[in-house]
Amino acid sequence: MIEFTLWDIVRNLLLAARWTIVLSLIAFAGGATLGMLLTLLRLSSLKPLRLLASVYVDLFQGTPLLMQLFLAFFGAAALGFDVSAWTAASVALTLFTSAFLCDIWRGCVEAVPSGQWQASRVLGMNYMQSMRHIILPQALRLSVPPTVGFSVQVIKGTALASVIGFVELTKAGTMLNNAAFAPFTIFALVALVYFALCYPLSCYARHLERKLYGSGIR
Amino acid sequence: MALVSVNDLHKSFGDLEVLKGIDLDVEAGEVVAIIGRSGSGKSTFLRCLNQLERHDKGTIRIADQYLDGKAMSPGELSKNVGMVFQSFNLFPHKTVGENVMLAPVIVRQEDKAKTERVAREVLDKVGLLEKFDAYPAQLSGGQQQRVAIARALAMNPKVLLCDEVTSALDPELVGEVLRVLEALAREGMTLILVTHEMKFAQDVSNRVVFMHQGRIHEQGDPQTLFKDPKTAELRQFIASVL
Repeated sequence: MIEFTLWDIVRNLLLAARWTIVLSLIAFAGGATLGMLLTLLRLSSLKPLRLLASVYVDLFQGTPLLMQLFLAFFGAAALGFDVSAWTAASVALTLFTSAFLCDIWRGCVEAVPSGQWQASRVLGMNYMQSMRHIILPQALRLSVPPTVGFSVQVIKGTALASVIGFVELTKAGTMLNNAAFAPFTIFALVALVYFALCYPLSCYARHLERKLYGSGIR
Repeated sequence: MALVSVNDLHKSFGDLEVLKGIDLDVEAGEVVAIIGRSGSGKSTFLRCLNQLERHDKGTIRIADQYLDGKAMSPGELSKNVGMVFQSFNLFPHKTVGENVMLAPVIVRQEDKAKTERVAREVLDKVGLLEKFDAYPAQLSGGQQQRVAIARALAMNPKVLLCDEVTSALDPELVGEVLRVLEALAREGMTLILVTHEMKFAQDVSNRVVFMHQGRIHEQGDPQTLFKDPKTAELRQFIASVL
């Protein structure tokens, strides 16, 4: 049996954490793009488009992320597509993230007081003009803290990609443990790395929230 | 010909009939104060005049424009009518100047230089020219409401609707807003105000309209109306607010 020093373990975990970060970034960027599109559909004046977006959101919020990963990985394989763990994890996490961001952002648009709609309407602005000049800029400011806060969920969500064989932080921890048999040390270190990634984001979200409430916009 | 002419106006919310047939003519330059208990339909009536609420039956004519309760573009509707709200509703992410200039630029496509000149003019009129670059959150409630009045004036309306514009203000800030409205009235602006300020209604308006249960119950010039109310309902109302 190979002897592992603490440094070996830490070094390997940190190397694997790179992929946790990359996967999180992919999921977040993809999810934000798709989520933006979904939010626009959800706020559209056409009922079928609204319905489409809301069914999508309900579907992805109402099923476990783990199932979505299984479906993206094994389901795609069953349909004859040869998808790598990378692709499956990226797709599943992107879809998952977009559904939650859509819901967060729709809430932010609806949180802009109705008086703002009325004021722009009596000044002669139509729906698009009100949306663009009055509602969206305010919704955008409201959305920053919860969006940053949600990014923490995305990072932790990437841990599930380990079950389809994607080697990120959690999977690396499992593999190291299989060789070194030091579960407490290893998983404590894994948790510590996640915490080091997530905690600053949580703090930042809290800071943004405080700044927003202090600005008098609400 | 009256500037505003309302005939047999009806409006219901579900089963609740809020307006049960309103007839009212307002001449250009007239200042009409609408008073009445909450729930009497006065705010709904005001909101029908610019179609924030679409009425079910009856006609509204403002200048040469007929409103029949069907959908109209906001741009069309804002041609003749401006409105000031109880809660100011300034755009918090825009400066005072931007609040005033936004609608003329994007709705009327007026050029920037002219719009800015007009904006400075109307802000000067409400005594807040020096706040041109301030944000609404940096202003007191009274100042915010004066900016809201300036913002409405920048669209050059023929009628200005005021929906309880002093109700959200601290008592010591009410005066500055009323003085602005008083000056507008003197300049000949047509004002239709829903108000709880009985003294203001008495001093500034040409006519007071008392609404009760969705109808105009009594109206007349302020002196006689307040001193010598004809109906028991108005007598009771005056006794309860004075």
